[in-house]
Amino acid sequence: MTVSTTWVFAEAAEGKVASITQELLTKARGLGGTVEAFYAGADADAIAPELGKFGATNVYAADPGELLPGAPVAAAMATQIERGTRPDLIMFGTTYDGRDVAGRLSVKLDRPVLTNGIDIEAGDSVVVRNAIFGGNTLVQTTLKSEPPHLALFRPKSFAAEEGGGGTPEVVKVDVPDTGTAGNSKVLDRHVEEQVGPKLDEADVVVSGGRGLGSAEKYEMIEQLAKLLKGAPGASRAIVDAGWVPYSHQVGQTGKVVKPNVYIAAGISGATQHLVGMKGAKNIIAINKDKDAPIFSVADLGVVGDVHKVVPKLIEALQARS
Amino acid sequence: MNVVVCVKQIPDPAQPGELDPESKTLKREGKLILDDSDAYGVEMGLQLADKAGGGEVTLVSMAPNSEVSGLRTALAMGAAKAILVSDPALQGSDALGTAKVLGAAIKRAEPDLVLTATESTDGYTGTIAAQVAEVLGLPSITFAKHVEVADGTVKVQRQTEAGYDEVECPLPAVVSVTAGVVEPRYPSFKGIMAAKNKPVDEVKVADLGLSEDQVGWAGARQEIVDVSPAEERQAGEIVEDEGDAHERIIQFLERLKIL
Repeated sequence: MTVSTTWVFAEAAEGKVASITQELLTKARGLGGTVEAFYAGADADAIAPELGKFGATNVYAADPGELLPGAPVAAAMATQIERGTRPDLIMFGTTYDGRDVAGRLSVKLDRPVLTNGIDIEAGDSVVVRNAIFGGNTLVQTTLKSEPPHLALFRPKSFAAEEGGGGTPEVVKVDVPDTGTAGNSKVLDRHVEEQVGPKLDEADVVVSGGRGLGSAEKYEMIEQLAKLLKGAPGASRAIVDAGWVPYSHQVGQTGKVVKPNVYIAAGISGATQHLVGMKGAKNIIAINKDKDAPIFSVADLGVVGDVHKVVPKLIEALQARS
Repeated sequence: MNVVVCVKQIPDPAQPGELDPESKTLKREGKLILDDSDAYGVEMGLQLADKAGGGEVTLVSMAPNSEVSGLRTALAMGAAKAILVSDPALQGSDALGTAKVLGAAIKRAEPDLVLTATESTDGYTGTIAAQVAEVLGLPSITFAKHVEVADGTVKVQRQTEAGYDEVECPLPAVVSVTAGVVEPRYPSFKGIMAAKNKPVDEVKVADLGLSEDQVGWAGARQEIVDVSPAEERQAGEIVEDEGDAHERIIQFLERLKIL
């Protein structure tokens, strides 16, 4: 067996294990071998039972305190590996901290890191699959370097399922002094008020693009999303233009969403965008250009002006409620 | 304050991408352009140098051939000069190999601050900023949506799942900036003309003290074992709006029991 021990870089917020971590633990279980979580935070004891449910039999806990996790957590992992507890594979989520820790660790261990994985197999060798060109081409890559192999996976690549494991042992791991390299301090955390469901967890996502014409028109996207109890999203074009923050972006550089219904309003459907949303169960597209690529993935395509169709849709929904 | 901005020259993303059937790397023939994602770093660098009352922006880039058209765009925006690591040995480089090369090239410029995009449009690994920082032994703050420099420290609003964190670290440091943080200027005619004469220092892998087995395919230590088309999603029904398309959408949502 190529993988006898897998580590999953575990993330949690406000005492709740992140869905990406549940997904990775579930997949790691399927690879066979021992699954262990490596968690950065002070509340490892509190979240350990849930990590156990998803398959972790052991939780390494390194607390970086007020430091940004990247450098100190990578150093803690590297130290643990030097001491002999060497996993064959370390799985990270494509998240803000996941990318930082994986990047730093790849340099420390001098190992390549495979990115944007959507699937993994561990047969004779470890093979990671990722999608390129807006998801129309799948590439499988195998690592020829010595383990531990490092790989980052896109959220929602695997279904999360509990495996019925018990509470794992929590092993506290010291965070080595990383000096200047690790000296990025978090001074304050701002939680932006979230109205409605989270973009990547919503059952309905309504996204707007350049076709809206101006930043003010994004309001109708938010209004429509609210009426459908969904979350508002955006194409890269209008994030780049500064109309909406990066956190709203759906696509390759942004969030992957797989809602029940995705409504694309005034979005042409660049490959960059399709990567983030074509896993939706149902897609509705509204665009005035009948040749827009978004129509090639839409279950219902409306060739029309978003400034006419969306207000009428909002009005009709308001009349029903 | 001297700022290095890491930039990438990529094939036009509006054109369909293609893999070279032999090497299985992205075809990078023809004209390459400045990655849109990098324009924010360039603009940010120019603004920060300006606010600090002096200093300049140096571009650092790598490419297997001596391509400079994308660099000229950034030079036309106002960057002072560029270091281009160009070497056939770079073909097939992964993110780690790239970070080693960029790190070695950045050292030459002795910057106070290094800026990158959060990820490139074509390769989008999103790990380069952290890797470059680790190669250089510098602190890093990634996914910045606001950047301020004062008294030898950089203060950043860093994007998080819940909102943003205020993060601070001492200079020199590496910061990756998200799109939309600043509005990139359009190169002026004067800027475009001036860019033609700005220095582009072209160096080879060996000039940076790196060996060829640390970069390219050899350094990447990975092999693409399969390339195949993904299952296509089928297009559904297309309707022209004649004033009643919203009703079709409502029926569609009713069928799915969303309404």
